[in-house]
Formats: sequence, structure tokens, C-alpha cells
Amino acid sequence: MVSTAADPAAMRVGVKAWAIWPAVLWTLVFFVLPLGAMLALSFAERTGDRIVAWGSLANYRAFATLGDGTLVKALVNSIEVTIVVTVLSVVIAYPLAYILAYRVPARWRRALLVLIVLPFWTSYVVRSYSWLLVLSENGVLNAGLIGLGLIDTPIGMGNTRGATVLGFVHFFVMLLTLTIFANLVQIPDSYRRAAADLGASRFQVFRHVTLPLSLPGVATGAFLTFVLAIGDYITPQILGGSRELLLPQAIMLQVSRQANFPMASALSMVLMLAVTAAFLVAAKRLRMERV
Amino acid sequence: MRLRDLPAVLYVAAVLAFVFLPVVTLVQFSFQDGLLPVPPFRGVSLRWYEAMFADRRLMAALRNSVAVAGLSSAAATALGFLAAYGLARRRPRFADAIQFLLMAPIAVSYLIIGMGLLIVFNWLALPKSLLAVGVGHVVINLPLAFAILYSQMGEHQATIERAALDLGASEAKAMLYVTVPMLWPALLAAFFIAFTLSWDEFVIAFLLSRFDATLPVIIWSMLRSGLSPELNAVGTFVFGTSIVLVLAVELLLWRGRSRNG
Repeated sequence: MVSTAADPAAMRVGVKAWAIWPAVLWTLVFFVLPLGAMLALSFAERTGDRIVAWGSLANYRAFATLGDGTLVKALVNSIEVTIVVTVLSVVIAYPLAYILAYRVPARWRRALLVLIVLPFWTSYVVRSYSWLLVLSENGVLNAGLIGLGLIDTPIGMGNTRGATVLGFVHFFVMLLTLTIFANLVQIPDSYRRAAADLGASRFQVFRHVTLPLSLPGVATGAFLTFVLAIGDYITPQILGGSRELLLPQAIMLQVSRQANFPMASALSMVLMLAVTAAFLVAAKRLRMERV
Repeated sequence: MRLRDLPAVLYVAAVLAFVFLPVVTLVQFSFQDGLLPVPPFRGVSLRWYEAMFADRRLMAALRNSVAVAGLSSAAATALGFLAAYGLARRRPRFADAIQFLLMAPIAVSYLIIGMGLLIVFNWLALPKSLLAVGVGHVVINLPLAFAILYSQMGEHQATIERAALDLGASEAKAMLYVTVPMLWPALLAAFFIAFTLSWDEFVIAFLLSRFDATLPVIIWSMLRSGLSPELNAVGTFVFGTSIVLVLAVELLLWRGRSRNG
């Protein structure tokens, strides 16, 4: 502790000295400790509902080999869906953020942004339910398509991977619009003007100035999308159904059907490993762009 | 509007339509005068809202949700404020590591956070309860409250705090009577955002509660029996509450900005 007699305020042991500790302790006890417990438990071997050995790789071995490979399939499904969702969301959100940042008059910008992200604040459960309403066999979308004469009989759109992807993209377009927009408005106008003055076409300005400088916003948003999508249980459960399992659904099944916490923990560690990999990719991207 | 703006306008309109399609459907069919929340729309009726407010299970869940969200958000805001204050005013050693630790829960799935707590509470023989749900919600909201408040801790406040200390206030008094009043818009914003997220949260509430379910958990269990306009009414109510809170935050931060220049 740096305190001198000349500074009377520093001589009292004040709030500042302990202020960080409640939050740090809370995070250690209710976040780090549970994760540690899960890590330990993922190496426990279970027979019936008793733990018979610690430090075993049984769960991870079961994950890799179990019967028809249901669990590995769940991981692969999750990664596929998440990548498709991330790419689609970026592709839809980028032009929107670009228009908001450069084409919309400043006085409307804030209002339009608030409007676009308003449905962001519906809960996962309510949002997924709403899509179920839209996609169901006698729902709004089918009624609309039949009304337009585009189809004759309703198409079953619920309980498919497409429905899961749609529900996710809906949510993450809003998130990515925010992160990309926040990045675009921070790029000084003078950069783009300088490039234009030096003879760059509008496309060249975009390609060589705006796009590279906005990649950190894309990487941040894409990372958040990846993390939130790959860990979400609700959207695939409600919209995708259980015909095809994603990893969070497989984890929940281990907990709710079999109370198999060691296996659920091992699957959770696999999930966190996927998130870490995504983080490393995003972090590398960010560093490269700063050079 | 010029002609070359047309593609941009169409694009924004298309994305807006996509973003609002499910929400409009949800809200519209909560007023359905019929048994199914699907077309055709049979006219406006409030019967499903009446059914919702008459449903004792739903009203109990509403009380649970408000209690959990209120208490957990207050706790997350208080912890987040203290941490931001300590970190900004006293740059402790390992400040970067502490910041990383406090933000880490953001990157972990709610499912994993909830299950980890379930395992630890099981070991300690603590029963599932609303309190356990609240503990989980503090974990997920603390990083956000901390981040919001840390970003608002500016140098000009530190100067005024030093003035208070020089005039003989204790650190605790300077914090309570100087820092807190200066930061109140950010404090309320952190509280409301935390409240919204807790209010909407399903997985942790599902894993850690038994009989005393919160609203999202009840909605989940109602979903098993299929689509119903009552579910639309409940969903609209939950969504509407979130919107009111978010607009309040928007207003608070906007007022805070214009006042601080």
C-alpha cells in the first residue's frame, strides 16, 4: 500500500481498499468454483448413480465413441449451425450498419437504431415461441404464401434446422448491427475523404479503408454471436425440436433424463473448448488488423 | 429522398420487416378472439389478458420473477459499482487480471453457469430455490453492471471526490454522498439492464428452481401444450415490460450525457 503521512485521506483504511473484494469473491465462489467442480467431475467415472473413480477419461472416451456417435454428432451439428448463423448474420447486418452509419441523417440515426434492436429485448423463450407462431403449418407465413398463390399446401417449417438457424439469425443480426455500427461511427471521416481526394472510387474507399477498419467490430460481434449461439439451449429446443440434437440439448438431456452430471460436465468442457477456439480466432483477427 | 437512396431504404425496410415479423405476430394474436393464435385474425379481444391475470400460477410466477430480478439486479449493481470504484480509484496490483476475472462469466453459456451452480449446491446439500436462481442471476449480471459503471468512472468525479476528502469526509462518505449521486443515471441504467436480463432468463431459473418457477419457466411449461393466445398474452406482457425498462435506460443515459456535456 502506497501511503504517505502527507496525505491524510490515505491514512484511514477506507472503502477503496476493500471495494473490489465483494465482486471478486462472488465471482470466485459462484463462478470459478462451479467451473472447477465441473472440470473435476468431468473426469469422474460413474456406475449406476455412484461415482466409482476420479481422474478417469471415461466420459471423454464415451463422448468420442458412444454407439452411433450421437454426442460427436451433436458437437458437429452445433458447430455447423453456429458457423452458418454467424456468417449469415454478418452478411445481413453489415450493410444495415453501413447504411445507418453513412446514409441515414444523424438526427434519425439514434431512433432508427433503437427501433431495429427493440425485439432484441424479447427473451429467448418468447422470441422462439413467436417464430413458432410464424412458421407453424397454419401460421402467418404459410397463410401469406398461400394467399399470394406461391404455394398450394402449407409447408411444415417448424422442427427443422432451418427454423433454428432463422431464429438465431433474427437475434444476432440485431447484435451485430450494434457492434459493427459502433465501430463504423468511430472511423474518422477524414480517412475516407483523404482516400477519395487521392482518387479512390467509392468501392475502393470501402475496400481499402472502411472495411479493414471495421473488422474489429465484425470480429467482436461474430465472437459474441458464436459464443451465445453455440451455448444456447432454448432456440434449438423450441424451433429445431429433438429430431436433431445440438450440444446444449445433449447436455440438458444428460442432466434432466439421467442426472448424469459427470457426462454433462464433460460435454460442457467440450463446449467451452469450442468457445475458446473461437476466441483465439477472433483475437488473432483483431491483432492482425491493428498492425 | 433521392433515387440513389432507394436500395438503401428498401434494404432497411426489408430487415425491419424480418426483425419485427415475429414480434408483431406475437402481439397481434394476443388479442385474438378465438382459440388459436394463427390466421385468420378474428378481431380484438382482451379475454386472454383477463385469463392471464386470473391465472394464479402465472401471477405467482410474476411475483417470483419480480422478486428475483429486483434483488439480484440490486446486488449485481452494488457489487459492480464497488468493484468499478475500487478498480478506477485505486488501481490495485493485478488490475488487468481482476478485470478479466470479473468479465469472464460473459463468455460462458448460461447453461454451464447454471449447471455448475446446481452441482455445487447439490454438494452443499442446498435445495433448489428462488434464492439459488437469484445467486445465478447475480453471476450473469455482475459483468455487465461492472462494465457499465467502470466506463462511467471519469477523472472529473475523482477530482470532486478528492475535494470532499480534503474537506474532511471519510472515504465512505465521499463515495456515498459524492460518487453515488454523480453516477446515479449509470447506476439506474445498470440496474434496469440487469433487471431485464434476469426477468427474461430461462435456463438458470429452470435448473435451479423447483416449485417456485419464474415467468419464463412457466411459459416454457405452457409451451408443451402447444400454441395458445394466452401464451401470446403472457409473452407480450413480458416483452412489454422489458421494452419499458430499456426505454427508461435509454432516457437515463441520454439525460446523463446531456447533463455532463
